[in-house]
Amino acid sequence: MRVLNKKNIITFGIIVAVFAVVQVLITMKIINAFYEITLATICINIILAVSLNLVTGFTGQFSLGHAGFMSIGAYVCALISMNTDSTFGFLIGIFAGAIAAALVGILIGIPTLRLKGDYLAIATLGMAEIIRVLFLNMEITNGAAGLSGIPRNTNWTWLFVFLMATIILINNFIRSSHGRACISIREDEIAAESMGVNTTKYKVMAFALGAFFAGIAGGLYASYFYFIKPNVFGFMKSVDVLVIVVLGGLGSISGSVIAAILLAVLTTFLQQFTEVRMIIYAALLVAIMLFRPQGLLGTKEITDMFKNKNTEKIE
Amino acid sequence: MPLLSVEKLTKSFGGLTAVSNVNMHIDKGELIGLIGPNGAGKTTLFNLLTGVYVPTSGSIKLDLNGSIKELGGLKPYDVTKSGLARTFQNIRLFKDLTVLDNIRIAMHQNVGYAMPSALFRSNKFYAEEDRMKLEAEQLMDIFKLSHKKNELAKNLPYGEQRHLEIVRAMATKPVLLLLDEPAAGMNPNETAELTKTIAQIRKEFNLTVLLIEHDMSLVMKICERIYVLNYGMMIASGLPAEVRSNKKVIESYLGEDISDASNKKS
Repeated sequence: MRVLNKKNIITFGIIVAVFAVVQVLITMKIINAFYEITLATICINIILAVSLNLVTGFTGQFSLGHAGFMSIGAYVCALISMNTDSTFGFLIGIFAGAIAAALVGILIGIPTLRLKGDYLAIATLGMAEIIRVLFLNMEITNGAAGLSGIPRNTNWTWLFVFLMATIILINNFIRSSHGRACISIREDEIAAESMGVNTTKYKVMAFALGAFFAGIAGGLYASYFYFIKPNVFGFMKSVDVLVIVVLGGLGSISGSVIAAILLAVLTTFLQQFTEVRMIIYAALLVAIMLFRPQGLLGTKEITDMFKNKNTEKIE
Repeated sequence: MPLLSVEKLTKSFGGLTAVSNVNMHIDKGELIGLIGPNGAGKTTLFNLLTGVYVPTSGSIKLDLNGSIKELGGLKPYDVTKSGLARTFQNIRLFKDLTVLDNIRIAMHQNVGYAMPSALFRSNKFYAEEDRMKLEAEQLMDIFKLSHKKNELAKNLPYGEQRHLEIVRAMATKPVLLLLDEPAAGMNPNETAELTKTIAQIRKEFNLTVLLIEHDMSLVMKICERIYVLNYGMMIASGLPAEVRSNKKVIESYLGEDISDASNKKS
């Protein structure tokens, strides 16, 4: 098994260490209940941002409908775990939600992904609105009042497991031949087609994969905050995720992670200045975009900084 | 049966017929030139052959060791899979990717693992990635791009970008290579270098080449047969020497002979 190489084992060690440190901080109550909510938001936002980055940053398909896929995951997971209140039910719910989101992604992706740029953005925005209105009008989802009393089966451990799984799987995808095919679509669609890349197939593949992980994020959200209603997954949620992706850098996974953490910390910190909070937040975003239009990391990854340029190895 | 046979190929855009009733055939191993004045329909013909446009009528048949395949109406990626690869008149590299990645993307159609293998990094994934990297490196060695493999495509000098386009097309393992003005914008040195490369490709890969070119010194020197297109119609074909002295060809490039015209009057 070549997956068990030195580099991957070291990475795994670092991941376990990060998990342990945070777990100790939670047990010692240094991270209190309030900060734990921020922590959960960060994890969910990272999953959303990394999965949207796959669609928008790597494949170059501008999507404004990510909250729609998230809501599918959230509702499916909520309904299933409300019927089977156990960790097992929660896991079934989260995967069922993710698969449902991916299927909707394929269904919507096939007709809309022939559009480009702003046209695609409008189409995906419309799609997310349709999903939201459906949830608003369905009986099983309890309409505008939403679902409450969803069993809380998730905690820091589950959040972290799903977060890491998302990052690792999407990273693996990007660094494979299939991922490169997706990136080639962003670079030059006509050339990609002429080099034998079935562009429709890979756009839909990226879209479905992005939707799958957005569904997981939705399931985690429903389970952690035990209350969901359609308005949570409105247009603004999609924009929030897009802001993280653009801020971190289109085409940088670690950029999305850093931006999600940064924005969450910033929001928490700015809560002391209630009146001017949103003004400062917006002004900071404008400033960052003016001075770093390519985002914090551009298309680079944090790990590139430690890598010798001429000794690229696939591990 | 020739490798590629084009019969009565026509493409109209509304009222404009960009390519009309074109017949041509290319035998295995030949190096064919396609020339014509600006706007004659050469690139449109290329786009028809490679699936970018769907023909209005006519057929394009490719002979793959006896089994004949109709290419008209296929998607570009299916045409590439059948064994046609092309370069572009205005360079279309994946600019923000490295030379190595540019080549590996062209190899993707032959990749031997599926998406789940990529997600979970199976042994097959590693084996295939190693193979692709090795093959890409061999190609880069042949075309003297090895020292630039981690350079971004946009940072290469112009001549090397044109070169990389050819290498990238080669990575799809074509039987027929279509080059759209490979020498455009090159200085005489670079053109000479390119001439050598094309000759080398044919020898080492046993390839058939169709090229569009305006640089007549290049065309006359290396092409074995030439087709001439004007106003979307095939006006002449034959050996370079024949084409060069063909009256219709001279007229299409230079206009009608004035002395001829005045002679007729008197």
